[in-house]
Amino acid sequence: MKPERVPGRYIREEDLRRLPGVIEYTPTARYSYSAGQALSEFLRGLKDGRILGKLCPSCRRVLVPPRVYCEFCFTPTTEWVEVTGAGRVETAVTSYIGAARERLEKPEIIGVIRLDAPGHAENSFDFAGLFHKLCGVTEDDVKSGRVIGMRVKPRWKPVHERMGSILDIECFEPLQPREVV
Amino acid sequence: MKSNIFVKDKVAIVGAGLTLFRRRLLETPRELAWEASREALSSAGLTLKDIDCIVVGSAPDAFDGIHMKGEYLADGSGGFNKPVVRVFVGGGTGVMVPVVAWWHVASGLCKTVLAVGEEKMSHAYPHPQGVFAYIWDPILERPLGPNLIWIFALEMRRYMHVCNASKEDIALVSVKNKRNALDHPAAQAAAKITVDDVLKSEVLVWPVQLLDISPVSDGAAALVLASESVARRVTDTPVWVEGIGFTLDNTHWYNRDLAYPRYLEYAARMAYKMAGIERPWKEIDVAEPYDPFDYKELHHIEGLMLARRCEAPKLLKEGYFDRSGELPTSPGGGLLGVGNPIAAAGVMKVAELFWQLRYEAGARQVKKPVHKAVANAWGDLMQAGTVVVLST
Ligand SMILES: [Zn+2]
Repeated sequence: MKPERVPGRYIREEDLRRLPGVIEYTPTARYSYSAGQALSEFLRGLKDGRILGKLCPSCRRVLVPPRVYCEFCFTPTTEWVEVTGAGRVETAVTSYIGAARERLEKPEIIGVIRLDAPGHAENSFDFAGLFHKLCGVTEDDVKSGRVIGMRVKPRWKPVHERMGSILDIECFEPLQPREVV
Repeated sequence: MKSNIFVKDKVAIVGAGLTLFRRRLLETPRELAWEASREALSSAGLTLKDIDCIVVGSAPDAFDGIHMKGEYLADGSGGFNKPVVRVFVGGGTGVMVPVVAWWHVASGLCKTVLAVGEEKMSHAYPHPQGVFAYIWDPILERPLGPNLIWIFALEMRRYMHVCNASKEDIALVSVKNKRNALDHPAAQAAAKITVDDVLKSEVLVWPVQLLDISPVSDGAAALVLASESVARRVTDTPVWVEGIGFTLDNTHWYNRDLAYPRYLEYAARMAYKMAGIERPWKEIDVAEPYDPFDYKELHHIEGLMLARRCEAPKLLKEGYFDRSGELPTSPGGGLLGVGNPIAAAGVMKVAELFWQLRYEAGARQVKKPVHKAVANAWGDLMQAGTVVVLST
């Protein structure tokens, strides 16, 4: 039976600590990222409580998040177009762990929101959308699938707390019955 | 009809080797590369003198914790005074390694290539998850504090919704692959488990639970590829690389439907066209779809067009993808069973097909006669698709 030989020696974490020459190292790299042409404007919009997209004059899609080029046509986008921020939940999950896999005290619900934006067909494969936290929905809504397709809108942070960040949107929350955005 | 008319040399795999896959190995990354390389060369009856070019694949440098990992790994991979290239397309790297090795030979540039995949994930602690933070967009994604499992869970949830697949349906992949791995000498996560065990395992990001995921691993795997003339000289049973394909989908992953792996369909169409395969669901005898998560095997079976969309869970339940089934998938145990040292895992899947097509897999050998096979890998922010089609 192949493979006939599989070299390698397994060691447990405790064994590793006992080996000579184990080096500990914590990188201290620091970065400051610029948001670029398109996202700087987008973030300024968030500060004002507005979600901005950019129009591709060639395929007429409004791209959210905005980019300076349309990747479908590979041509420059032109006008800024404000979208309402309303949309429907495409998919949603409940996270019980944080960024370094630590257990969270309170689980978070995260989703992808398909935004209402001109130029995209109703159930198109590609769409305008954001990835964000969801509030006002339960773990059970995620499990049962009730949350998928649900109409949602952004819940904004109070004006004085906004910093021009994706976190100026606190989360996306369900529209009230008969609420029009 | 085959479309690879511009190919100068037909390409075969003539040797394969693996190290053990484990959560933590004593060996350094380059020692692992060396061990796998040595196994692959000796299985082909060749030495480094017989090798013209080297292809090394490894995923983010941050895992091993060494920048320019390609250069670091080069001498352990035989990359000394020879043309060497390092390949990296995230999780897709493992199958991109034989793809790139293929064009080295097919172009006529090299007669023989040693192709190596290596990953040492145990260096990062307490858990390599922390290292994944740097793959996210710094402006729109990282502020949300994402865990990498989020996106896979989002994709799995969407697939479950669109295909009406249950957690139980999907858990069967984990049960099958971990069971298959019981016969694999390198396996890290082989186990006899039940659907219930998967459903009772730690919930990480619902719907993803601990036993839905492949483990964190160290390991290396290597292949020797050769031109037709060399291949016919060194072996009676060359395994031909009949087709290769690779595609990237949109990096704005939250701007596309996650229910279907479009990146893979495009890559697979490219590879099948080259191989002259028109009806993969009938022509492919055995497959190694990329399975870092259990739902991904189903997703990829559909993207490889081995089943209709949303049909994979039903076929799985009927035993269609078992080792004794009509189209065995991950007969070696896959990433869920053998382990997931990222770049090495993809190479391991191609190595498994190499052994299957030569009837050398012993207890892992599938029951049916096999002639054509396909493997894929997937990675980056869910958009890289890499495919190879093999035949005897
Ligand atoms: Zn356009």
